[in-house]
Amino acid sequence: MSTETKSRWSSSDEGAYRDQAASDVTGSRYGASAPTRPAEGGAGAPTRPTDDAGAPTRSTGTGASAFGPRALWAALPGALRKLDPRAMVRNPVMFIVEIGALLTTAIALAEPILGGPEASGGTEVPWSFTWAIALWLWATVIFANLAESVAEGRGKAQADSLRQTRTATTAHLVRGYDPLHDAAASASLLEDVPSSDLTLGDVVVVSAGELIPGDGDIVAGIASVDESAITGESAPVVRESGGDRSAVTGGTRVLSDRIVVRITSKPGETFVDRMIALVEGAARQKTPNEIALNILLASLSIVFVVVALTLNPIASYAAAPASVPVLIALLVCLIPTTIGALLSAIGIAGMDRLVQRNVLAMSGRAVEAAGDVTTLLLDKTGTITYGNRRATEFVALDGVEARELVEAAALASLADPTPEGASIVELAAARGTRYPTAPAGEPVPFTAQTRMSGLDLPDGSRIRKGAGSAVIAWIEEEGRMASSLLDELTARVEEISNAGGTPLVVAERPASGPGRVLGVVHLKDVVKDGLPARFAELRAMGIRTVMITGDNPLTAAAIAKEAGVDDFLAEATPEDKLALIKREQEGGNLVAMTGDGTNDAPALAQADVGVAMNTGTSAAKEAGNMVDLDSDPTKLIDIVRIGKQLLITRGALTTFSIANDIAKYFAIIPAMFVGVFPGLAALNVMGLHSPASAVLSAIIFNALVIIALIPLALRGVKYRPLGASKILGRNLLVYGLGGVVVPFIGIWLIDLVVRLIPGF
Amino acid sequence: MEVWFGIAQVAILVVVLALVHRPLGDWMARVFTSAHDTRVERGLYRVVGVDPRAEQTWTVYLRSVLVFSAVGVLALYLLQRTQQFLPYALGLPAVPEGLAFNTAISFVTNTNWQSYSPELTMGYTVQLAGLMVQNFVSAAVGLAVAVALVRGFARRRTGTLGNFWVDVNRAVWRLLLPLSIVSALVLLAGGVVQNFAGFTEVTTIAGQTQTIPGGPVASQEAIKLLGTNGGGFYNVNSAHPFEDPTAWTSLVEVVLLLVIPFSLPRTFGRMVGDVRQGYVILGVMGVLWIAGVAATMAFELQGAGTAPELAGGALEGKEARFGIPLSAIFAASTTGTSTGAVNAMHDSFTAFGGMVPLINMMLGEVAPGGVGSGLYGILVLAVIAVFIAGLLVGRTPEYLGKKIGPREIKLASLYILVTPAIVLAGTALSFAIPGVRADVESTSIWNPGVHGLSEVVYAFTSAANNNGSAFAGLTANTPWFNTALGVAMLLGRFLPIVLVLALAGSLAKQDAVPATAGTLPTHRPLYAGLLTGVAVIVTALTYFPVLALGPLAEGLS
Repeated sequence: MSTETKSRWSSSDEGAYRDQAASDVTGSRYGASAPTRPAEGGAGAPTRPTDDAGAPTRSTGTGASAFGPRALWAALPGALRKLDPRAMVRNPVMFIVEIGALLTTAIALAEPILGGPEASGGTEVPWSFTWAIALWLWATVIFANLAESVAEGRGKAQADSLRQTRTATTAHLVRGYDPLHDAAASASLLEDVPSSDLTLGDVVVVSAGELIPGDGDIVAGIASVDESAITGESAPVVRESGGDRSAVTGGTRVLSDRIVVRITSKPGETFVDRMIALVEGAARQKTPNEIALNILLASLSIVFVVVALTLNPIASYAAAPASVPVLIALLVCLIPTTIGALLSAIGIAGMDRLVQRNVLAMSGRAVEAAGDVTTLLLDKTGTITYGNRRATEFVALDGVEARELVEAAALASLADPTPEGASIVELAAARGTRYPTAPAGEPVPFTAQTRMSGLDLPDGSRIRKGAGSAVIAWIEEEGRMASSLLDELTARVEEISNAGGTPLVVAERPASGPGRVLGVVHLKDVVKDGLPARFAELRAMGIRTVMITGDNPLTAAAIAKEAGVDDFLAEATPEDKLALIKREQEGGNLVAMTGDGTNDAPALAQADVGVAMNTGTSAAKEAGNMVDLDSDPTKLIDIVRIGKQLLITRGALTTFSIANDIAKYFAIIPAMFVGVFPGLAALNVMGLHSPASAVLSAIIFNALVIIALIPLALRGVKYRPLGASKILGRNLLVYGLGGVVVPFIGIWLIDLVVRLIPGF
Repeated sequence: MEVWFGIAQVAILVVVLALVHRPLGDWMARVFTSAHDTRVERGLYRVVGVDPRAEQTWTVYLRSVLVFSAVGVLALYLLQRTQQFLPYALGLPAVPEGLAFNTAISFVTNTNWQSYSPELTMGYTVQLAGLMVQNFVSAAVGLAVAVALVRGFARRRTGTLGNFWVDVNRAVWRLLLPLSIVSALVLLAGGVVQNFAGFTEVTTIAGQTQTIPGGPVASQEAIKLLGTNGGGFYNVNSAHPFEDPTAWTSLVEVVLLLVIPFSLPRTFGRMVGDVRQGYVILGVMGVLWIAGVAATMAFELQGAGTAPELAGGALEGKEARFGIPLSAIFAASTTGTSTGAVNAMHDSFTAFGGMVPLINMMLGEVAPGGVGSGLYGILVLAVIAVFIAGLLVGRTPEYLGKKIGPREIKLASLYILVTPAIVLAGTALSFAIPGVRADVESTSIWNPGVHGLSEVVYAFTSAANNNGSAFAGLTANTPWFNTALGVAMLLGRFLPIVLVLALAGSLAKQDAVPATAGTLPTHRPLYAGLLTGVAVIVTALTYFPVLALGPLAEGLS
């Protein structure tokens, strides 16, 4: 992107035009996965996932639908392994349940010796009571572990396929690499070493057909690389030395040509290594919100431990004490087991949802921060606009027939391979202009020197289109232009510039004699479809969008207005970008941005959420805290959505879990002491059959609700981009009020079955 | 008929409080934000050696609170122990050790639990120079801590919370003292006594002699209520005609004990620069208070139970000059605030009618709570509510622009953990230690069975929440109760204060996050509803099992 500030008339548009042309030589800016040809672009951004279901899914990943009996069965061994107390202690809520289960089992085993189960609160309980409680307590713990195992299992398949790319290959190490005299290492001594021996700074040669042995930057050469192992995208991408697309990833395959690569990663710390660790959840660290929630849950658990421990001494004065299994049942029902069981599964599944969208978050913290983002910095090119200017209007000068201009512009563009050229031809065709399919004459390609392109016709006349100053200079080779004409042209060109467009001046010169300017083609940055609506959504979510562009302020303002962003930064240099981020952060905002160039790296590092494009440089990938394998900058919006969804899911299940306590109190408390105080039966609002069945039903509900909520924990709750007030209202209704009501019904239904067990 | 009396009385209260809370709340905000010190104050600071402009970090602020309170406890203890040498001792001996310990803690912690009959135990010097002074300063300490927490929300990127000495000083001289003088005059006009007459021997019409204790009552009465202290000059507190002669003085007394706690949300709103935030807090406090009043009144008017049904109304322990509704209003208000003054005996209430004051305290005294302590208590609950609700809207939770992270949640969680743990542990220990249990059963509990259990639960709930009211059927002047309740009062007051000040310090350090459409709105009715729900579920429900064994078992039998 052009970063210099230039005078609008002579060079800003040229600069942009030149940029565009240059980018078209090497392909679209964002590589293979971002098709930006105008012809395809009409119907909407091809890379924009419209909703959860439409999101691109990794071929190796398993979808959210993978939760089912089979997945549960597969996860069972892992769940049983997690019963190890040393692992359980990290989850205090479930650790309490496990201790309770152990204790109850011990009591159940001892009961035959002690002469049957102890009466509780003055009520006899059936012989199978303690066993039933023990069984369901174990089930509660196992269900919780199952949730975590299933969540982890979904990353396993992906990890396995990634591991295959890590198999040892042979690297051709360059001995004594000499970048000055033998950059291509064609005369250097090569030594074959295993890829695992490569270290930081080694230089290797990779030829067509070979796997790249490690992460690195290309120092010489250009090659097409198959990165499908990492990105799932089968179309090869071009990688070349210098510039922003020099990074290659270990495990990807060179399809053509030969490159010299400087290794930039230590063994065991490559991109693929990190990916594997991430999708397996091995590198998962608890995020700040998760830690805070864990503290709250632990604290609530301690309160209820105190309640359970003090209950019998207090009861002993006025009533018969409750038996230990009943006390444990009370404790387990009251501590927030639902959220305690699902908390880590929610976190793993949230990361997984990102991976499904081909985004790698280097830390869970970043995912959470994404939910908190208040300012979104979006690059104009490729994110807000298609990145190619398209012809939208022909403006003929006075005294020139519109038809004449259109035909000349079309002829000048027929041999022009750039998207702009194609769009001129297209627009001309739409205006009904006829032209020979294969133009007779000599096409004149664009060069940086002439800054024009066009066609030399067989009759000797020439047509040119290009930046204003260049075309005027060309016309004035044959004599000065009339000042009235020049003024009019200036006016037209400025009009277009002010509207955010790029003026392309079209002129013709006969074989001899003065030429004339026919008019101006209005090239316009086309804003992607549906963006204004998306930005409105973001605004409703409380997120401000800022467009970053190298364009002059006038052009930027026009595009910003059209796209519906809240603010823009024009003529932006990387320093400006960094300064903007710092300014926003000083105001307390959390900033997210995307970037791919080495000069984006400081800004990516400074941003709270920095998403580096996979096509970008190693420096950019290193600086950001996420990498988008599809290199699709619009995905930032999805990342924000996933971050929010993650937090909402946690909040929803916490609310549900705490609200559940009310019903459980009404099930267990009357049951505990109704033997001594028959009047307490009035609290048995659910009409549960007997004290034993009431306690067991509550415990069973408590266990089953975990299983029932695993799909929700893995999928995440539905998120709609609304204002916070509406979301709160809706979620409180569903998970708060629902959390109060559901267990009343659930426990009552379970009791209908439990009462059929003999003795209950 | 009585129902309509009750409703009219509540309506009067609501109107008066609605009129007063704004000017008083604004005034308090001025008191605690003003940069100006009066000449008297400057002189005082110079004498004490305090620089009024010196800002304190939370640790220094806390140290000041603790030192100040420790000195208070020590001074009050010594004053009681040396009573016989003091003027106006009325011939009373030194207060016994255990009782002096309990009483010193009780008044310094703003609890005013009284295991004794004041008129038979304390002379005028101890009452005025000891108890009344603590009535002022313990309330001022509560205000200071609340204001420090509010500053934590209001300030940005600073490690400081203001100056404790300035806050306490201003609370006493600019707020409590002037209000008390006006209130005392109103009460005097209503017939509350104020003299140094000691005991007066009178002969009744029946020819018997009676000893009538006089004393400087009105001056102590005003601050007893305004500072939500509750320690009566007489044993029966505001049920005594010299403390509370008529129905209208009783209503005035309810206004006095509610007025500062209900005005503080306004102060909070002013200080954080958004009065709507204050209204939400006020709304939650108001709803919980109205619910408590309505429930107590309903249960008492219903008059369930053998004795009330035989008598035709739950009138035992109530003053006929107040009637059932006003007794219920007083009971719900004195327990909703941390006052503990009574104009009727809670122990004699019906089972459910007595349960409501108990639940009011179990809520953590936030409806509307003690002077200062009510505000900081509900703000801690607000932090918990914001944390849950903040997650529900998909943002890292923030309250008033301050992020609620692991540290804040740790402190808030510990806060809600402390009081239930003290109450339950205290009650359980009373029955779990064999020697103690024997003593409790034989000496303390006069009503064996579930009601006796309720009395012990009530005692510990009252002490740990710094309320001070009692189910009076319990004899608490025993070594166990004097010690255990003393410790409960101490921990119940100062552990939360430590946590609140730490929270304030942590919040003050943060920068404020600007509010956007994605920010959880904490000024709407929806959030008020959520906060109410959190208060009820997270605090009161914890006690459900114990309530089931006490008042619920009693009322449902």
